[in-house]
Amino acid sequence: MRGRSHPFTPSPLRPGKRRASRGAQLTGLAFAAPWIIGFVVFFAYPVIASAYYSLCSFDAIRPPRFIGFENYRRMFFEDDLFWKSLWNTLYMVVAGLPVGLVASLGIALLLNRKVKGMTVYRTIYYLPSITPVVATSILWLWLLNPEMGLINIALGKMHLMQPGWLTDPAWAKAALILMGLWGAGGGMVIYLAALQDVPESLTEAAALDGAGKLQQFRHVTLPMLSPVILFNLIMGLIGSFQYFTQAYVMTSGGPQDSTMFYALHLFNRAFLDFRMGYASAMAWVLFLVTLVCALLVFKTSVRWVYYAGEGR
Amino acid sequence: MSRRRWLAALDALLSHGTLIAIGLLFFLPFYWLVATALKPDAQVFAMPPVWVPHPPQWRNFPRALTYVPFGLYTLNTLRICALNVLGTVLSCSLVAYSLAKVRWKGREWVFWSMLATMILPGQVTMVPTFTIFRSLHWIGTILPLVVPPFFGNAFSIFLLRQFFMTIPDELSDAARIDGCSDLGIFTRLILPLSKPALATVGLFAFIGSWNDFLGPLLYLNDERSYTLSIGLQRFVSQHGAEWSMLSAASAVMTVPIIIIFFLAQRTFIQGITLTGIKG
Repeated sequence: MRGRSHPFTPSPLRPGKRRASRGAQLTGLAFAAPWIIGFVVFFAYPVIASAYYSLCSFDAIRPPRFIGFENYRRMFFEDDLFWKSLWNTLYMVVAGLPVGLVASLGIALLLNRKVKGMTVYRTIYYLPSITPVVATSILWLWLLNPEMGLINIALGKMHLMQPGWLTDPAWAKAALILMGLWGAGGGMVIYLAALQDVPESLTEAAALDGAGKLQQFRHVTLPMLSPVILFNLIMGLIGSFQYFTQAYVMTSGGPQDSTMFYALHLFNRAFLDFRMGYASAMAWVLFLVTLVCALLVFKTSVRWVYYAGEGR
Repeated sequence: MSRRRWLAALDALLSHGTLIAIGLLFFLPFYWLVATALKPDAQVFAMPPVWVPHPPQWRNFPRALTYVPFGLYTLNTLRICALNVLGTVLSCSLVAYSLAKVRWKGREWVFWSMLATMILPGQVTMVPTFTIFRSLHWIGTILPLVVPPFFGNAFSIFLLRQFFMTIPDELSDAARIDGCSDLGIFTRLILPLSKPALATVGLFAFIGSWNDFLGPLLYLNDERSYTLSIGLQRFVSQHGAEWSMLSAASAVMTVPIIIIFFLAQRTFIQGITLTGIKG
């Protein structure tokens, strides 16, 4: 990844011949001071404290009491809900995230055509993604209502099965994924920008060589988009592992814990039971799981991500 | 020739057909939200569904907005949003200047620290941050929601840095030779040239804090200091089945965001592409 044009890569410092002067050093520090102070107070200290709390019994009232790895032991061996919530969250990552990514890409391809009134279409597809989450949740609670909801009314009209959606443990996560699709326009914008960067000469050359539309997409457009797909995938991964608000507002984790996601379980332990040490331990496990998944994605990405700037 | 034109017409027809069909699916929930908000109670649950409320119950809006103090919640939210916008624009532009225009040791370090904050789940720092604010006696005030923005966030700093990099160094070098200090270059050269990027960052800060749920959930425990998102959520848990009122309240929370989007559409898209991938 290093040295390539990518948002995750810090740009190499300009190879200036001058070394940083004393004045520049002070100026740089002074301008960066808000970040440095904020980083220490709202990140570095909390990270260290959280690591310590994770080894403590801590109710936020009495001082933390060191108990070693007891929180982790309980989490892995005694807390069924931990495993359940991890499973539910992985379900959203493995099933929900790819569906969302494909939908965003599909919408972007659809909106990249040159037809009249495109800005109107783009606006309509994009708006759901910036609608406040709580408002979206309430709206979909209503749309997904098993008896009165618009979705089941439509399915009934078509003589299709009408699932219980959020009231049925087997369908609740699918309902949330469906709702997520409504916001798929959010990822679309980045794809669109990248699509407009695909040189027409490339697709034209492929067409001259006899490539059909599908082959052009598979062998020209898709490779050109792959860095953006990786970006959206990583961002989506991090987001999916922290899925919280919709579940909190719509289901509180029910029915039968089928939407008890990791972040919700963690929040409840911290701020319902005030088991802050346990919640901190859960947070670290969440970080490790996210990290492992992200690293796996990066590892495989060398095989499918194409950087146009390579070898330049 | 005519065959080709015929094909082009067919292609356009197909494109519009698909775009409209899927667009309807995206638009329908919005329509349903507004339609439900305007329905008399009897029509909300009517079977088959009523598509056009008759007569539209405009009084559902004032009813929903006075049933819970949504006016107060709106003011609370706006206050938090304004401070967020101010803090974010101020701090992030300063830090971005230091990363884009000043050569100093430690820049790389700042980069990695920014990356770290983006990768580590917020849950890790949630408990200690909460205890910090509690020992400052800030719980129940808006301070935990509006003070951190004054210390910057990685996304906005990245975005502004990307933008500042596009301003040629020759400009700032010339100003420096003329005896201009860095603060002068920053306020009189970089900031005026960066209005679009600053607008984008401010816009994202506004929408982010308008939509924020977890922050108010953690820190606001007095009903009178609630924001719209938390007030709306409490409203659901108390009046789960009053769909016309719930819809009216949700619509009221959504409309400002939509208006802002229409007013600032270009700023928006530019910003996303700038943070997104164009390195």
